[in-house]
Amino acid sequence: MTAGSAAAIGRRPAENERRPPGGGRRRRGARRLALNGAGLLVALFAAFPVYWMITTSLKPSGEIFASTPRPLPTEPTLAHYRQILTGNLIPGVTFTDFFLNSALVAVATVLLSGLVALLAATAVARFRFKLRTSFLIMLLVVQMIPLEALVIPLFLMIQRLGLYNTLPSLILTYLGFSLPFAVWMLRGFVAAVPKELEEAAAIDGASRAQIFRRILFPLVAPGLVATSIFSFITAWNELIFALTFINRQDRYTLPVAMTFFFGRDDTAWGPVMAASTLFTLPVIVFFLLVQRRMVSGLVAGAVKG
Amino acid sequence: MTTLTEVPEAAAARETPARRRRRVDRLPYLLLLPCLVVIGVLLLWPLGQVVVMSFHRLDNVRQLRGDREWPWVGLGNYAQILGDPFFWTVLRNTVLFAAANVALTMILGTLVGLLLNRLGRRMAAFVASCVMLAWATPALTGTIVWKWIFDDTSGLVTWAFNALPDGLSQALFGRSDWTGYGWFNSPLLFFAILTLVVVWHSFPFVAVSVLAGLKSVPSELHEAARVDGAGPWRVFWRVTVPLLRPVFGILVVLSTIWDFKVFTQYYVLAGGTQDRPTFMLSVYSYAEAFSPPPKYGLGSAIAVILTLILLVVTGVYVRMVLRQEEDA
Repeated sequence: MTAGSAAAIGRRPAENERRPPGGGRRRRGARRLALNGAGLLVALFAAFPVYWMITTSLKPSGEIFASTPRPLPTEPTLAHYRQILTGNLIPGVTFTDFFLNSALVAVATVLLSGLVALLAATAVARFRFKLRTSFLIMLLVVQMIPLEALVIPLFLMIQRLGLYNTLPSLILTYLGFSLPFAVWMLRGFVAAVPKELEEAAAIDGASRAQIFRRILFPLVAPGLVATSIFSFITAWNELIFALTFINRQDRYTLPVAMTFFFGRDDTAWGPVMAASTLFTLPVIVFFLLVQRRMVSGLVAGAVKG
Repeated sequence: MTTLTEVPEAAAARETPARRRRRVDRLPYLLLLPCLVVIGVLLLWPLGQVVVMSFHRLDNVRQLRGDREWPWVGLGNYAQILGDPFFWTVLRNTVLFAAANVALTMILGTLVGLLLNRLGRRMAAFVASCVMLAWATPALTGTIVWKWIFDDTSGLVTWAFNALPDGLSQALFGRSDWTGYGWFNSPLLFFAILTLVVVWHSFPFVAVSVLAGLKSVPSELHEAARVDGAGPWRVFWRVTVPLLRPVFGILVVLSTIWDFKVFTQYYVLAGGTQDRPTFMLSVYSYAEAFSPPPKYGLGSAIAVILTLILLVVTGVYVRMVLRQEEDA
């Protein structure tokens, strides 16, 4: 039988259950070694920049600019962090100010987008109505709108609304960006709550509002947390719109402040890496909490057992 | 609230008893309302507005605030752009960059996904965690670190090239002292580094998705093929690839969309939007609109062209997802 029919055979796997012939133990050992070696290379490539960011931030300036770089700081120091956190990044504005601007924008985005998304996800997951499919298709399509193409018209809108140079301009913008994915993701969490629970509550005389508050909401809460983290990361990381809508230094978000901060010719890499680390760590922690759902959200339904 | 359009299957559905009992329920529409308002105002309206703006000559921020007239120029902005050889350079940059990045991301991501599937449990967990780090790192700080790695005085790459034996370095590259070498100065090298940064950011998603796909394929299939004498190469092309085709399809489309509009990484590496030889469509549009003198109309026209290109790609994506939703 040729290998070409392997896929066809696959449909009846039970008939072909047989142990593969035992290969030489040494050959298998060599293969394992090669695989592990490749694994280490991949791990190195993937993690190195993060490693390098953190170690650089802990090196004294002398070591950073030494002619021979060292893998680890010989005399680790928090001086760069101290400089970042106590000094002024831009005259009159501290790192903490930018951090708070970013946090305010991100948290507001998360709360608004979580609330709106939960309502919409409930509608989609719990009701059959005529425009349901159209709505779902629209959700998919709007996620594909290149946001970079919306900078100019949103700039116009922000100007018209008098929101130029204000943080709400960014909250509004990020709400729009994060909402479609949030609804798409929450939909699955709402659908996973057994409908029988709600029906039982309804029979016991609970109103729709009570069912939503007492039954659906607590059960969907973990999903809401996961969804919120994605909205948070979207808002926290965003650069272009923050760059365009805010032209007052004390209202910069952290990403904008950082592009100014290291844009100079003789970049002080120590403080830059310290700032980068402080900016990156919350994202990494949040991300690792929810990355599984990211895959299932983006390639929803593509993989089936 | 009644629906405006008659969905074909609705006529048939109306006959079922459940439908008759429920009548038209307003609640789902009420729940959807805030979401529809947000999407309408913050995504769809701007999308229409950018088209309107592309038909006008807008070169003053007062026009945006509504204090001044918007002179209609019809297709003038488009004619100006399409007639400019520079646009075609930008388009070529964009397409070549996206193609190279999608290809490299897919290849590397797939290989890593296959590797993760073969590694022992502990090793796989270790490698996967490292891969996650690259994925989780924000585009902004990830790019800043790469810029530090390629720094022209104390960067790691500069150091590594300096560490090469002088004779070898001279023979290969025609120079032995790399201190002060501008890694970002030649467009080709700039694009190579940008590719490195973007692939580094995007291969983890492909790897993890491919791994998820592989895990869902029953291992009996591979064993059966192997028993039949198929080598690893044939097993991959004849069993794995056909089973993962839907995953690959979606990954290619998503990567294409993302790589067509890379901005943050570009902005950080290029240090702004002034380096015209390395422009890509998203950067070009932004620079036309916001670098003084502002040309919002022209920038909008470029944004529309970018959107149209991506619309085609999106159409393919939506059709694929819908087909899978139907199957599910």
